[in-house]
Amino acid sequence: MQPTWLWKLSFVDLSLWAFRAAVMVLVAWGTVGTLAAATYSGETWIELFVFGLSQGSVYALIALGYTMVYGILRMINFAHGEVFMSGAYTAYFVAEALASTGALNRNPIPSLLAVLAVSMATSTLVALLLERIAYRPLWRAPRLVPLISAIGASFFLQYAFRGLYGSGFKAYPEAEILRGKWIIAGVSVLRSQAVVVVAAVLMMLGLYAFVMRTRTGTAMRAVSEDREVAALMGIDVDRVIVVTFAVGAAMAGAAGFLYALVFKQVHFFMGFVPGIKAFTAAVLGGIGNIPGAMLGGLFLGLFESVGPILILDGLGIVAPYQLKDVITFTMLVMVLIFRPSGILGERLAVKKA
Amino acid sequence: MTGARRLWGGAARTGLVWGAVAVFLALVGMVEAFAGRQIIAGVVSLGLTLLFLTGLASGYQAARLRPDGHATLALLRGALAGTAAGAAVAGLVIAGRLLNLRRVFVSASPTLFALLSLDQGAGGAYLPVAAGAAAGALGAAGPLLTGRARRPLLLGLGSVLALGLFQDLLDPVLRATAAGMAVRDALFADQGLSVSGALIAFLVVGGGSAVWAGQGATVREWVLQLPASPRTALRLLALGLGTVLLLLLPLGAGPFLSMVLVLVGLYTLMGLGLNLEVGFAGLLDLGFVAFFAIGAYTVGLLTAAGGLAIAQFSFWTAVPIAVAVSLIAGVILGVPVLRIRGDYLAIATLGFGEIVRLLVLSDFLRPWLGGSQGVLGIPKPALFGFELRGPEQLFYLTLAASVLVAFVAMRLRDSRLGRAWMALREDEDVAEAMGINLVNVKLLAYGLGAACAGLSGAIFAVMVGSVFPHSFQLLISINVLALIIVGGMGSMPGVVVGALFLVGLPELLREFAEFRFLVYGAALVLMMQLRPEGLWPTAVIRRELHESQRAVDSQPAG
Repeated sequence: MQPTWLWKLSFVDLSLWAFRAAVMVLVAWGTVGTLAAATYSGETWIELFVFGLSQGSVYALIALGYTMVYGILRMINFAHGEVFMSGAYTAYFVAEALASTGALNRNPIPSLLAVLAVSMATSTLVALLLERIAYRPLWRAPRLVPLISAIGASFFLQYAFRGLYGSGFKAYPEAEILRGKWIIAGVSVLRSQAVVVVAAVLMMLGLYAFVMRTRTGTAMRAVSEDREVAALMGIDVDRVIVVTFAVGAAMAGAAGFLYALVFKQVHFFMGFVPGIKAFTAAVLGGIGNIPGAMLGGLFLGLFESVGPILILDGLGIVAPYQLKDVITFTMLVMVLIFRPSGILGERLAVKKA
Repeated sequence: MTGARRLWGGAARTGLVWGAVAVFLALVGMVEAFAGRQIIAGVVSLGLTLLFLTGLASGYQAARLRPDGHATLALLRGALAGTAAGAAVAGLVIAGRLLNLRRVFVSASPTLFALLSLDQGAGGAYLPVAAGAAAGALGAAGPLLTGRARRPLLLGLGSVLALGLFQDLLDPVLRATAAGMAVRDALFADQGLSVSGALIAFLVVGGGSAVWAGQGATVREWVLQLPASPRTALRLLALGLGTVLLLLLPLGAGPFLSMVLVLVGLYTLMGLGLNLEVGFAGLLDLGFVAFFAIGAYTVGLLTAAGGLAIAQFSFWTAVPIAVAVSLIAGVILGVPVLRIRGDYLAIATLGFGEIVRLLVLSDFLRPWLGGSQGVLGIPKPALFGFELRGPEQLFYLTLAASVLVAFVAMRLRDSRLGRAWMALREDEDVAEAMGINLVNVKLLAYGLGAACAGLSGAIFAVMVGSVFPHSFQLLISINVLALIIVGGMGSMPGVVVGALFLVGLPELLREFAEFRFLVYGAALVLMMQLRPEGLWPTAVIRRELHESQRAVDSQPAG
């Protein structure tokens, strides 16, 4: 006896289906168009693919921080992009000093590792301060309150680093061993991009082992499962939260270093867009899900690199690369609408707001 | 014994934390940037005031470590904390002399170090320590004062600070009349307050406050005692006076202040609209700027003279169309996100907002929307042959629009729809179970909210005379959301208060331009901890937050 209600529901469903179908048709149309036109050589595609992988592994590393914090606190750490920026930006000064003394080219591997360590340490420090000052006093407050606090912290960090280090772009010094290309399995690959992918994968494997094998990792999983029960089992929840922030931030710091290797410049605003993209990646993989964040990041990076040409070029759109962020955001919105539990979909992420 | 040691250790730690804040303020560039601004001419600059405030705060906090303790001990603790804070600054000065900090920190200039050691050269490093100790002791004296003495003192000092800060703004207003000129000469030197002016301001405001503290209660009682009809008359009189003042405001304020007022008005409009979504219906929206952009572009394309124009309507024809287009856009973008809740909704709408901006910016839509160059040459509106040319005239337009929207929002709040929104805000599932049609109610919230933003965008377009995609950053959405929260969720006077604080104040403090978002961010973080219900909260929200506070207090920690 509820005909109007049924009608309304199907109206919403219909429009959602129409939206989905329209996107599908556009994607298929564009892809066929591009491939049929065959303007781009196989080499271009491989280049795009490798670039996508390297940028995707950076996203994946940042996404880990979002996903772990969300898993435990059910809170979007809006300032995580700035944590990433703080590491990369601070490490720039170390890299610069090493380059000016020539150490970067004489002892490239220890130097690069030192830069990486500084980046990770700075990010961790910033995240710990952030947690202590902006989040910890609020974790019993209504949900909107920590989100606003995080937005405020994000602004604060951006402009604090702008004030401290200046507002210009800084060109990251390049180590000589990372210049040029390697031939891997018959495919020539930019050295820096290959290193980035390998380093990120190693880091993610390490993190996965940490979360699955160690005692602290087990505690983290327990807290994200159910905070109260975990506390009853004798887990120090506050400490686990701090460790989560620290580990997520260390990953973001590493991502900052790798980002600087690929894009070769830093800026106080550099954290914002990668931050949102990494969040997209985390949602894509199923938020709260660590392997999901890794997969989501890689997938997003690839899609963003290949997608504009593959889809938009075929639709006859001029300057498709201007619209690569449109692709990202469309994907974000589509995932949120149609599959909020993400690709891996283990955890039902739709909680009561 | 150990308790005492912990107390003194705590004081030293407090001091070091505030010292770190002071060092941060110096390195981030605020001290030097604000040093040029004299509060009291030749005596105190704003930059040093900032540092002094950190010393005061450290002393205050150190004294509060044990509020009921001995007064002398509290003073000593304050002095210790201040010394620690000063020592941190002194450490910075010494480090700055020994190392070239400027390679990393752009603001670590010789000027800064000269400022910090009060122009005493290398030997001046002890000065911050001494000043810190004095400030700390002063701060520690704060809690010792009784309430009756503290309030006038704080108000007096605050008024001196405010007068010094806003001198540039007051100057042209005061110069306009002879009486104002006399006031100006009495208070101000060329830059900042004169010493006697500062004293006068301090005494007048402090004294006034002391008198009010004595007599205020009697006045209030007298008003309460009045029978109903004179009280209504009194209230109407106050309301009428307020309206007249508001209407006369742009005449006295000059173009710059009027411009700021128009901006505040535009943000108020958007805030009222978003308040329908976030405050009433609990639908978090971070893509609100999209509708502002849609309103602005609609007016631009319908009225501009350039090649992109679709039509040559007058502003008054274009505005209803812009509002309608925004409303429809709000509903259309609302449909896909109907099923999303909470944080995810915020992110999804953020995605929509960015998609709209990126599309408008792209070369792809350039033939229709002008790409990054936007739509130029939007004519100013005219009313009965009178052109609303500058911000002074547009102020009235904004004011009228705000009053209209506020009225509509107020009526909506008290309507059946408003109650449905609030039910939705409290619990979506229960609301649905109570027979509320979620789809209609949500879409109405999105549509009406978007319509307000569209109206705001329409006025913005004629104010600037052109529309660029760069005017529609995500920052605006965040600003609007923040002003609602700062004002108090769901509270309509709160929207105005929030807009004044977050949009008006930063525009007025020119020196803050570079540090605007720094202060803004810090203010948001602090606000969420100290006053999460906002500056002018609705009664319901206040009660709720305090109830949950009580629940937290009564729970054991952990």
